[in-house]
Amino acid sequence: MLTHLPALAVIIPLLSAPLCLFLRRPLLAWLFTVIASGLTMLVSITLLQQVMASGTIVYEMGGWRPPWGIEYRVDRLNAYLLLIVTSISTVVLLAANTSIEKEIPRHRLTLFYVLYLLSLAGLLGVVTTGDAFNVFVFLEISSLAAYSLIALGEDRRALWAAYQYLIMGTIGATFILIGIGLLYQMTGTLNMDDLSRRLPEVSQTRTVFAAFAFIIVGVCLKVALFPLHRWLPNAYAYAPSIVTAFLAATSTKVAVYLLIRFTFSIFGISFSFTTVPLQTIFVILGLTGIFAASTTAIFQKNVKHLFAYSSVAQIGYMIVGYSISTTMGLMATLLHLFNHALMKGALFLALGAVMYRIGSVRLEQFQGLGRQMPFTMAAIVAGGLSLIGVPLTVGFVSKWYLVLAALENGWWPVAVLILLGSLLAIVYVWRIVETAYFNEPPAGRESIEEAPLGFLVPVWMLVSANIYFGMDTRLSVQVAEAASQALFGVSP
Amino acid sequence: MRDLFAVIMMTGIFGLLSASFFVAMDAVDVAFTEASVGAGIATLLMLTAVTLTGRSEDSERHKPMWALVVVFTTGGLLIYGTLDMPYFGFAEAPVHQHVAPRYIYDSMQETGLPNIVTSVLASYRGFDTLGEVVVIFTAGMGVLALLRVERRPGIDQIMADSIFYLMHERHLILRIVTKMLLPFILLFALYVQFHGDFGPGGGFQAGVIFAAGIILYAMVFGLNTARYVVNRTFVRSLSAIGVLLYGGVGVVSMLLGGNFLDYDVLADSPVAGQHLGILLIELGVGLTVAAVMVIIFFNFCGRRDLP
Repeated sequence: MLTHLPALAVIIPLLSAPLCLFLRRPLLAWLFTVIASGLTMLVSITLLQQVMASGTIVYEMGGWRPPWGIEYRVDRLNAYLLLIVTSISTVVLLAANTSIEKEIPRHRLTLFYVLYLLSLAGLLGVVTTGDAFNVFVFLEISSLAAYSLIALGEDRRALWAAYQYLIMGTIGATFILIGIGLLYQMTGTLNMDDLSRRLPEVSQTRTVFAAFAFIIVGVCLKVALFPLHRWLPNAYAYAPSIVTAFLAATSTKVAVYLLIRFTFSIFGISFSFTTVPLQTIFVILGLTGIFAASTTAIFQKNVKHLFAYSSVAQIGYMIVGYSISTTMGLMATLLHLFNHALMKGALFLALGAVMYRIGSVRLEQFQGLGRQMPFTMAAIVAGGLSLIGVPLTVGFVSKWYLVLAALENGWWPVAVLILLGSLLAIVYVWRIVETAYFNEPPAGRESIEEAPLGFLVPVWMLVSANIYFGMDTRLSVQVAEAASQALFGVSP
Repeated sequence: MRDLFAVIMMTGIFGLLSASFFVAMDAVDVAFTEASVGAGIATLLMLTAVTLTGRSEDSERHKPMWALVVVFTTGGLLIYGTLDMPYFGFAEAPVHQHVAPRYIYDSMQETGLPNIVTSVLASYRGFDTLGEVVVIFTAGMGVLALLRVERRPGIDQIMADSIFYLMHERHLILRIVTKMLLPFILLFALYVQFHGDFGPGGGFQAGVIFAAGIILYAMVFGLNTARYVVNRTFVRSLSAIGVLLYGGVGVVSMLLGGNFLDYDVLADSPVAGQHLGILLIELGVGLTVAAVMVIIFFNFCGRRDLP
């Protein structure tokens, strides 16, 4: 069975989804989903071990040799992403049963889990596949499921947010499809590995240039890179809490993975960074994103909105690291993928707990929560500290490598700006702390209890991961470094 | 154009024209799909949506200048991109040189199917097709999750009666013609389903045609009459069973020692295995597509019927 692992990572959630439809009892559906996601996590862990030990694993779907058939190709980068997505998904799911019973009507619960599994399967498919068209297919699965999941939010505005995301996401996906189509025109292949070998021959043509432009813009829409981020805040704010925690921690990460895969592996570093001034554009957009989004975050009244804008800012950091385009810079980006998933997973899940008890996550509702929900608030503070980048948290690790990478390249103004960006994070995290700890609870809400264990356990699992991986950086740094070196073609 | 009904009709015409365009380019399978999906059921579903939302567009609140700029840039880039493209039908083009020759020359021996499109779609790139089916399944689940309304007992019966009598009085010709046509539509769907190996057709088109037959019935005889014939829970299960059948073939081939979706191991000889595998997965495609289309239509209409 070990040889089938790359396929199993996608097939387990993909086929669990239709099976889950037959489970009418929400509790059963939940248990089933947790088991499916947990199994997939085990598969990813095994895959990562195998890849780290013995290099890239290739799997031929249908037994057809690539480029005729579809190939699944797991290298260090994919395995790392697989681990991030599946582990976050599993931990977040642990809280799902408690959380959504208050947010989603009972007759929709089974369908919620079906869509959740489909979204997970889509993301994993995008990450694992070695075929450019297959990326598009699985991107559609994950996005379509995500739109529906967001629209399930109890706030009526969730529908509008999901619709906006649907339009933007569809434009992004169509652009990617156009790009892939043009690439096929010029090379006659859809296999990523094959594409990377056949592209240099035709790289000077306008068609390939157009393909590159379409793919980059399309992927950046999915990444929510600064001027294309408009869909993200509302989608995250009005979605059910579980969905926000899951999507915030995984979907933009997968899009960043696609950006890296397309530019580094398919088009090649020299083409990607010389044809267009990609480096300059991305550094500017990344930095503007950090400042614009962080500043907007400071003025938000809804805490989910606040952290959603903070996510846009964090994507800015990833893009800056990416555009430094050195092994160190890319490594910082990859580290931040992992670390940001941990932070935002913990933060949005803790917000889910607040939502569960109070029914709102508006900032004024946080008054007095420091005393009423001490464990939940402590988790939010810990997540916030990690977001700022305080030593002994994961946030520090990724910022540290990012600043090092910028300095190594002689980009000290960028390094200074990165640090200044962290100051803005202090401001918006402090606003929450101030409201929660230095105010008395508002009248009529004196008796709020701590969140149930169903929430506290997964939230604190993620918070302890934030602290553990902040101190013991071996796993994340080692894998990120190996993946980054492999992408630059340096043998480890 | 403000009138959404006209917009939808235009879309339908566009779909039909693209279909004939595809025929002219010798892509008969694509044309068939476009005709049944793009011009057929998509138009129908959009019409259903318009009956829910209203026929005319809201008055403009913003000037879509930005959208125009984006459209022109995209269009410009597309044209720019085509400048260096190989000419249409140019034999030396990479598309015809790299992977295509094997599909053209060897697919008959490797899969035993005369229709190359089906063998690429169902076997060489079978995993993509599984993905496509799941996309459709996801759409159905999304519609169910968002639009399904809790049924209130009692109302159904009253509605059913009223609509039944209503239909009995009116549209006599429509009803009789529909009744006459229906068996042929369903039979044609089955033909398309099982003839897909030899000529244009396959699960996607067949599923859509089958669903169109049921939708036609529902439109003429009323939703509740159709629900007596087509049980909702059954349709819901069917959409999942289609995906499971497709995936199941993959899992079985895995258990028999091949890779996922490797049909060679399903029977004694590879060609027989391919034949069996493709037959089964096409059936899975057809089931899911038909079920999801019916789900979408029923749920769109179900909201309209709510008193």
